Amino acid sequence: MTGKDEAELSRLMRAAIAGDERAYADFLHRTAALVRGFARRKIVQGGVDPEDVVQETLLAIHVKRHTWRQDLAVLPWIYAIARFKLIDAFRRRGRRIEIEIDGIAETLAEPEAETVSERDINRALDGLPPAQRSVVSAISVEGRSIGETAAKFGISETAVRVSLHRGLAAIAKRFGAKRFGQE
Amino acid sequence: MRTDDLIKALDADVRSRAMPLGLAWWVAAGAATVIAAVVFWLAIGPRADIATAMHTMRFLAKFVFTAVLAVSAFALIRALSTPGASTSRAATWMIAAPLLVVIAVVLELLSVPAADWGTRLVGSNIAICLTFIPLIGIGPLAVFLAVLRYGAPTRPVLAGMVAGLLAGGLAATFYAAHCFDDSPLFVAAWYTIAIAILAALGALGGRLFVRW
Repeated sequence: MTGKDEAELSRLMRAAIAGDERAYADFLHRTAALVRGFARRKIVQGGVDPEDVVQETLLAIHVKRHTWRQDLAVLPWIYAIARFKLIDAFRRRGRRIEIEIDGIAETLAEPEAETVSERDINRALDGLPPAQRSVVSAISVEGRSIGETAAKFGISETAVRVSLHRGLAAIAKRFGAKRFGQE
Repeated sequence: MRTDDLIKALDADVRSRAMPLGLAWWVAAGAATVIAAVVFWLAIGPRADIATAMHTMRFLAKFVFTAVLAVSAFALIRALSTPGASTSRAATWMIAAPLLVVIAVVLELLSVPAADWGTRLVGSNIAICLTFIPLIGIGPLAVFLAVLRYGAPTRPVLAGMVAGLLAGGLAATFYAAHCFDDSPLFVAAWYTIAIAILAALGALGGRLFVRW
């Protein structure tokens, strides 16, 4: 099963890097499910919401996808990022928790569904400049396309893409910066 | 925001492009070498008798030590900045430069009378060595830390330290062309300390600036 996951996910990621939106959506949904399983098994003491870790990991995967080399396996890359973000989440809440490094157990993680609650990402989204925030919200929460968003705000599609990209990068950066912010 | 909503936003941004990290490292290596070369030529330049010195083993050996350090650190830092990449092989190669220095020190101790060891160790250029290796290396270190930030090192402090070793190896390769002290005893003591200064600065930089 893991061999199949690996082959399928790396195929999707390669297609995504070539610009295939559908492949990328598929990749992100599968990755979210794997990371969710991983986070839920690692977080046994509470205090950290696994879904926050899933979202931070997806954002990091997105803004750091240029660090994946196509000749490397994609699952170890995904889990290394997920583990880093998980440790971050604990550290941010002032907890020191040992996370054992066993790649095998992780790759056997079963896909799991999301639970809904208040999210760290909403606070990060609220901190964005208004133009970026409204574009990111329109595309994510309201589910609009780039074209629809451009029409809604009366700006060009290029401007929408730029705002979206900058907004996502800013949210990811905010999560990264918070790591040392509370020490 | 639900995770499915976040995925919509990420998906809509699929066409944004960034330079692959592997390529960024080569660009950085080129830029860092240019910076080190410029600082070297402006600040000190090669020693006057370099043509003669090139015919001596001790002078040439210095470049072997420093270049091996730079090359092995470059391989390790590329692995450290890529999540999930195996680092053990590149980490093992980091032994190469210190090992060569140790061998050279043993050969030097065997070939030089004990009475001269002290003179060779102290040399003539300690202060210049400890000043100019860090000075030549600080620009390259900043470049390498910037690339670490662009990458995704899961051990930022370690990666920063290796960035310092890489900058140190590069800076010492230039500095060696200026330095009159060719004895492995001098190199083992003072080059090591100068490079360690950059490694410590790199670790600090990794701790403070390499966030993602």
